[in-house]
Amino acid sequence: MAFKPKIVGFLCNWCSYAGADLAGVSRIQYPPNIRIIRLMCSGRVEPFFVFEALKQGIDGIIIMGCHPGECHYMSGNYEAEIKFNFIKKMLNFINLSDRITLKWVSASEGIRFAKVVTEFTEFIKTLGKSPIQKSKNNSDLIFSLTAMQQSMNNYRMRVLMGRKRKITEQKNVYGEKVSIDEFEELENKAIIDEYNRERISLILKKHPLSVKNLASSLDLDEKSVLDYIVWLRSKGIVDVDKIQGLTPYYISIQED
Amino acid sequence: MNVVGSVLIIGGGIGGTQAALDLSESGFKVYVLEKTTSIGGVMAQLDKTFPTNDCAMCIVSPKLVAAGRHPNIELIINAEINEVLGDAGDFKVKLTKRSLHINPDICTGCGVCGQKCPVECIDLFNEKMVKNKATFVKYPQAVPLLYSINKDKCIGCGVCEGVCKAGAVEYDRADEITELNVGSIILAPGFDEFDPTPLSPYGYGKYQNVVTSIEFERILSASGPYSGLVLRPSDGDIPEKLAFLQCVGSRDPHRANAFCSSVCCMYTAKEAVIAKEHQHQVNPTIFTMDIRAYGKDFDKYINRAQDEYGIRYIRSRVSHIREDPKTKNLILTYETAEGKITNEVFNMVVLAVGLNPPEDAKKIAEIFDIKLNEYGFCYTDPFHPVETSKLGIYVCGAFSAPKDIPETVIQASAAAGKVNMLLAPARGTLITKKEYPEEIDVRGKPPRIGVFICHCGINIGGVVDVPGVVEYAKTLPNVEYVERNLYTCSADTQTGIKERIIEQNLNRVIVASCTPRTHEPLFQETIREAGLNRYLFEMANIRDQCSWVHMHEPEKATEKAKDLVRMAVGKANRIYPLKRMVLNMTHKALIIGGGITGLNTGLGFAKQGYETYIIEQDKKLGGYANNIHRLLEEKSVNDYLDALITEVKNQDNLKIYNNSRIKQVNGYVGNFEVIIEKEDGSENTLESGVIVVATGGKAYVPDEYNYKNNDKVITQIQLENQIFENKLSEDIKNIVMIQCVGSRNEEYPYCSRICCAEAIKNAILIKEKYPEKEIIILYRDIRTYGFKEKFYRKAREAGVIFLRFNKEQPPELIENNGIMRILLNSPQMGEQISMDTELVVLSTGIRPPMKSNEKLAPMLKVPLNDDGFFLEAHVKLRPVDFATEGVFLAGLAHSPKSIEESIMQSYAAVSRASTLLSKEQIESEGTIAFINPMKCSGCGLCVETCSYNAVSLNEEKHIAEVNTALCKGCGACSANCRSSAIDLLGFTNTQLYLVINQYQQ
Repeated sequence: MAFKPKIVGFLCNWCSYAGADLAGVSRIQYPPNIRIIRLMCSGRVEPFFVFEALKQGIDGIIIMGCHPGECHYMSGNYEAEIKFNFIKKMLNFINLSDRITLKWVSASEGIRFAKVVTEFTEFIKTLGKSPIQKSKNNSDLIFSLTAMQQSMNNYRMRVLMGRKRKITEQKNVYGEKVSIDEFEELENKAIIDEYNRERISLILKKHPLSVKNLASSLDLDEKSVLDYIVWLRSKGIVDVDKIQGLTPYYISIQED
Repeated sequence: MNVVGSVLIIGGGIGGTQAALDLSESGFKVYVLEKTTSIGGVMAQLDKTFPTNDCAMCIVSPKLVAAGRHPNIELIINAEINEVLGDAGDFKVKLTKRSLHINPDICTGCGVCGQKCPVECIDLFNEKMVKNKATFVKYPQAVPLLYSINKDKCIGCGVCEGVCKAGAVEYDRADEITELNVGSIILAPGFDEFDPTPLSPYGYGKYQNVVTSIEFERILSASGPYSGLVLRPSDGDIPEKLAFLQCVGSRDPHRANAFCSSVCCMYTAKEAVIAKEHQHQVNPTIFTMDIRAYGKDFDKYINRAQDEYGIRYIRSRVSHIREDPKTKNLILTYETAEGKITNEVFNMVVLAVGLNPPEDAKKIAEIFDIKLNEYGFCYTDPFHPVETSKLGIYVCGAFSAPKDIPETVIQASAAAGKVNMLLAPARGTLITKKEYPEEIDVRGKPPRIGVFICHCGINIGGVVDVPGVVEYAKTLPNVEYVERNLYTCSADTQTGIKERIIEQNLNRVIVASCTPRTHEPLFQETIREAGLNRYLFEMANIRDQCSWVHMHEPEKATEKAKDLVRMAVGKANRIYPLKRMVLNMTHKALIIGGGITGLNTGLGFAKQGYETYIIEQDKKLGGYANNIHRLLEEKSVNDYLDALITEVKNQDNLKIYNNSRIKQVNGYVGNFEVIIEKEDGSENTLESGVIVVATGGKAYVPDEYNYKNNDKVITQIQLENQIFENKLSEDIKNIVMIQCVGSRNEEYPYCSRICCAEAIKNAILIKEKYPEKEIIILYRDIRTYGFKEKFYRKAREAGVIFLRFNKEQPPELIENNGIMRILLNSPQMGEQISMDTELVVLSTGIRPPMKSNEKLAPMLKVPLNDDGFFLEAHVKLRPVDFATEGVFLAGLAHSPKSIEESIMQSYAAVSRASTLLSKEQIESEGTIAFINPMKCSGCGLCVETCSYNAVSLNEEKHIAEVNTALCKGCGACSANCRSSAIDLLGFTNTQLYLVINQYQQ
């Protein structure tokens, strides 16, 4: 049986959704795999949605908004782009970043809409089924996506996403513009750290593990795991469960 | 000379803080300039302190808090000096206060900004092992508790401004340049740790499991990265085999510093002991050259480390370290006692790094126009140990030489002592004296309680339902007024509290907020300004002990907050005004002992204008120093002593009573009456406000090595005499010196500290005069700590031979037909060796004058330690105070020490005593014990319980009496009293019963 990818589109009401309507009015044909979710603005795309969709086994996600400079709400599409890049960087850790894309489609671009959807659908077909669906042994991926979902909810990530544009494009509170390279160095480190901290605190909810256990099951080096444990302990998220021989085992002490 | 009554202290570590507290209590305005954002220095980073294993933070933080809230101390943080003009007595100092980007007058230290800051950066306080934020406070207990923004790391996102409910964040706050006018300056910038990265054989920076001692200190700390678990950084496992390497960067002239860093032997022993205590699986090994445990009770600590904790000592220097890349274990290569090269695997290595002069020492020297010594530390002269090369600028702490905490505290007080002497004419001119309204009489009036409940931004309000607690408080008995504040501690709320007291006619005030340990004095001050007695105040700790610790259970936290408020109200219903006792101060000082210490102490008081008495039992002044001609550092003691005695004799207000002994001591602080007795039996009664014990020590006369019968066996003192009187016979070709005679044995376990230096001094003197004479020094450890190390090297270079022996196998002396032969089992040589000698010199050390100490101690109500030396109030932070107020100690009476150290202690005693002498009256706390004479059976249990000798038995009435001047208000007597006759004001039985009962309701 041929692979029929499931694709979710998050479309802004004013440009892309109207563009999709125009394709309809103009009877421009495109593959039937996409289900469109209407949002008022692409800036509404909450990273949580994307990870949730992927967890459900969706094969591809396309976010569409107004062309740069044309946002109905002044700058929502720029916000969408920032969040998209954060999401993409995270998905890189589990090789799923190709399955999401961000496109600008205006209300007058019915043809472009159809083309974008067609191309993305074809591309997803070449990738094949979402690994979540493909294998019953998908708990590792679900686990990683959950960790991403939660880390993107954390205050630090929200601040970095929320203030990036202002700080790097206009000026920060000191009236200075922070270079994009400097900001992204911090951003990249934050993404890695928050993701790994979430993974560790999630995994420790199930059963106590040592630094070495964690390092091998999360594919991290032991020194970094210890540093994360130090941080999580200082925040009251994990604590020592027991010491076996010479090795402490840690457990999450956070209530759900 | 016209002098200004204020002082600038550079550096807010334990040294600077001690000097600030001394001087502010002696009537001077003090500015403390700190380059980081909080005071506390290195001591605040330490886990425990030797030799008592006291928690460093627990003992230092009360001092920091006291400095932080003292009305005459201004902390200038995050600042640097630009320029210093003027001379002693009148300096003009230009400085820059670097912006914190947070308004220090508004910030309450609640910490929400730090929690929300998205930028993580390394935490220097935790030696880079933990992450901090760009909006940060140096450590949780920091003084002042102010957040600041690390502008280098901040990305300017603006979140902190948004979350700061107090509105303290000011991004555009600029650096501030200001000028101070001060009479004197004390330099206390501390030290920098030696960076072992360049010593490549140790692999620091390359191997994860090689850490420095200060990093290990953080690892041990309960507030450190591993929360007190001893783990190795590579994988978080407990290091079963843990190696400590001594002298990293010290005693190493070719690769690093030539001097000895003085503190590493002891802190290493402590770290090893604490590691073992924290984690029984850890087995520490210490690689060392000598064990330099030269301080008071240090050798006992080393013995315990070895015997009780099983710490293994290996006398060897590790030549290099390799890492097993797979296990990250470390392979140490060293030479064994037998001279074999061996490899041993350890799981983790701690490098005991030495002390460097502060990084900016050269800049400091330039700005303040002072000299540095050959090692880059501040130059001082052994006879003037706190004076820099510039008049009016003094030094204390590790900036003058590597030293440990008590010695830093001593030197800090000593520097303050010198400032007292310099600025005495301007005392009291620049301090703020507060005028209070008359106290409102609340007698007979029913309680009208006002409760102020703090949100602490969101710290309390984010968890506890504060409006709910407010409504609840209104229902409690006699609560007339309740309000809630965003920050109850803010300046505008203080005004508000005062207004409410008047308006609502309140006569009891409760604040439900943070901890009384930091904030009670502030609120007490506020209600006193409104006319209420300070003790009509209670606090409920609903933050540190409620909202912060039950963050995830808001309902239970609210319940608890209500309980805490109800309990406080319960007590407040039964609190009454308390009076602070006021004692008059006799502005006279009495010093027991006329040695170098006593004479310097006497001058210290007399030069400030206080009438001073020195009581000396001998006819001659000078004490132990009369035995010494010259210092190791090549200065003449004879000349110094002569000049000192002349100066003392020319001082008009200083009276010496020689040939006299103390017969009786009556009275207490401020009002002592001392009866002295002359040799001829005549008596004199002297009044004084303070007493300094400077009774000195005496040279041990040995029984060992047939000393008493053989005139070819002499002591170092006799040898020095012979050298200076040119009486050293030409027939003597070979000299053998034996160290530790009568010291460090079962009976006298302490080290006499000065004998190594004495032996080396005499050996060098002989080698200089008679290079052909052979000298062999037999030793257990050569303890030429600090800069004295130079002379150890000099002696070796001059051809003096050093051979080590073990305690168990001391050298033997065999006399046969006038020929003396020494037999020695040296671990260095492997087999027994013998040497013939014409002169045996014994290094005999110092003994306390046991008989007179035992007589004097009970008269002064002060204790002696096991060795017979006087025992100070606290070995770390109160080294020249006694627990008995108004009595101080200095010099050899405290423990064996050098002349330089004795001089330091004498100035320190001057400063500590001046905090009392400078006051017209001294005020005691209102919370003191009182006795109900009707109930007291006179059993005397309370007398034994009291550590301050504040309780005594009235023999006539046969009841106990509390000396309110001496009572510190601990209440231990009360809890011991079997007839409920003693109670503690402010914490009475009734009040505490009420609190307990209120919880049950």
